[in-house]
Amino acid sequence: MANLTAPKMITSMLSKISPRRGVEGLFIIVGLVIVLTFIFMAIFAPVLAPYDPNKTRVGGLYESPNSKFPMGTDRLGRDILSRIIWGSRTVLIVTFLSMALSSACGVTLGLISGYVGGKFDTALSLFMDSLYAFPGLILAIALAVMLGQGIMPVTVSLTVVYVPIYFRMIRGEVLSMKESLFVEAAKAIGAKGRTLIFKYIFPNVIPSIPIVLSLNAADAVLTLAALSFLGLGLPAHIPDWGFDLRMGYGALTAKIWWPGTFPGLMIVLLTLGFSLFGEGLAEILNPKLSGR
Amino acid sequence: MPLLKVVDLKKYFPVQRSFLERLLSRKIDYVKAVDGVSFEAEKGEVFSIAGESGCGKTTTGRLIVRLIDPTGGKIFFNGIDITSLSGEELRKLRKRMQIIFQNPYASLNPRMKIGENVGHPLEIHGIAYGREKEKLVMEMLEKVGLQPASKFYNAYPHELSGGQRQRVAVARAMILKPDFIVADEPISMIDVSLRARILELMIQLKEELDLTYLFITHDLAVAKYISDKIAIMYLGKIVEMGEKEVIFSDPKHPYTNALLSAVPVPDPNVKRKRIMLKGEVPSPINPPSGCRFHTRCPLATDICRREEPKLVKIDDNHFVACHMVK
Repeated sequence: MANLTAPKMITSMLSKISPRRGVEGLFIIVGLVIVLTFIFMAIFAPVLAPYDPNKTRVGGLYESPNSKFPMGTDRLGRDILSRIIWGSRTVLIVTFLSMALSSACGVTLGLISGYVGGKFDTALSLFMDSLYAFPGLILAIALAVMLGQGIMPVTVSLTVVYVPIYFRMIRGEVLSMKESLFVEAAKAIGAKGRTLIFKYIFPNVIPSIPIVLSLNAADAVLTLAALSFLGLGLPAHIPDWGFDLRMGYGALTAKIWWPGTFPGLMIVLLTLGFSLFGEGLAEILNPKLSGR
Repeated sequence: MPLLKVVDLKKYFPVQRSFLERLLSRKIDYVKAVDGVSFEAEKGEVFSIAGESGCGKTTTGRLIVRLIDPTGGKIFFNGIDITSLSGEELRKLRKRMQIIFQNPYASLNPRMKIGENVGHPLEIHGIAYGREKEKLVMEMLEKVGLQPASKFYNAYPHELSGGQRQRVAVARAMILKPDFIVADEPISMIDVSLRARILELMIQLKEELDLTYLFITHDLAVAKYISDKIAIMYLGKIVEMGEKEVIFSDPKHPYTNALLSAVPVPDPNVKRKRIMLKGEVPSPINPPSGCRFHTRCPLATDICRREEPKLVKIDDNHFVACHMVK
């Protein structure tokens, strides 16, 4: 089922991105270019980065941007450009991994909860709503403190933050889909629960997932940066924009602007890329959502 | 033995209320969508239920195919009580009883190809899979006039027109070779120019597959064209029921008269007197006392306000619920 509809969805999506669509089309294209650039950077980091991101230089602390170090060096003499390129790999791994995990959990639970209904649904919704009620960053901080540093702990804490978003959206869609005529028609031909969920309901809620996915990705980039900025994210040997921003921020008072500015700029750019892509997608795929 | 027998069928929907209202009163209001409907349909017959929107005709259809559970009453299919079937037994019943919905734009799964939409019942009931299923579906598509079938098989619903989609819905309902089909206003959302064709198709398939229809419509002209028997509903009750000829030539109930006078006559020279009903259909939450039609009836008297008229037999196969008809 999915492999039948996926190419179809992509072609219909692409056909909608025409110059006629104006701003939304532009949003998507610009967003996509930004995100793809970072993905490219992340994949080819070993080739693109001029230096080892962790190599310290005793004589070259805080060198301002020059031909040898285009973005300068930081307080340990590490090349900032290399750190940014390797950092994009860290950010994207954590972001994509947590998106995949949270959407898988959230979508599955939302489908089941919405379809089954009753006490189970009430209990699960209550739990998810209470998770959702926490500000994302606060929840992530609490979880990160409990789980400790490292790629996996950070990924898991981001996952927990975003599961309720998928859950709520999918559950809502399932509830309205359950009342729809073609689901009733499926009942009339004798379809059972599992068939109803996987052949009638699920394929019809798929289109709303990519929008939330890309908007959440933007949020995840920011949250990860915030965690690292607070020192709760990744261990020091993993290059990471949030942590570098923190380090550079300390030097700002000494008029050394480059160690902080470049990582910060990257965070802004990647967030912008995901947001533009998501907003454009939302506008085109699902005009009803755009009011949010 | 009639193929379908409905006895005193009732469906009350509880009215959704806000939290505050629930706090203030314990009483629960009900919409009495269907309130004591009884009729029989013989095998091979087209039995129509006609009435204004909101009279409960669609709810009656859904109750009969067991998409919703009745509040009261009994449904017999082939002499067997199907009112409280569930699980596997209900699924078996679905093979013999199908429904065609009013809205062909919403009744097909938008993410399934036409062939899958039509063929899915075969898989669900374990009748045919793969090649064999495809063959049966192709045959059915040809039968409902979707030719070439191979082209339609791989199309998605959004690529089809309303009339074509309704043909797909008809094909899906017929593929299990049922005995009985509820057709819930199957042509009211289709382009006027295509309606007659769909009706003809349904009549033709009825002969071919030896079907019985429960035909739900608000259009008496359509009912006249397709039915053998007609029941007129008003606010959840049948007010008049009988053979088509009798209803159209000798209507007794004032409501039937009013409805018939609204059917256009395709002859500009015929002078008719339109019976204009005053007011709107009252709310089914608090239906009027006595005869439910008395608020709008030109003949209403005291007894109509006090006593609810029973559906009585006034002739062979002609039933009327009105105090004024003797």
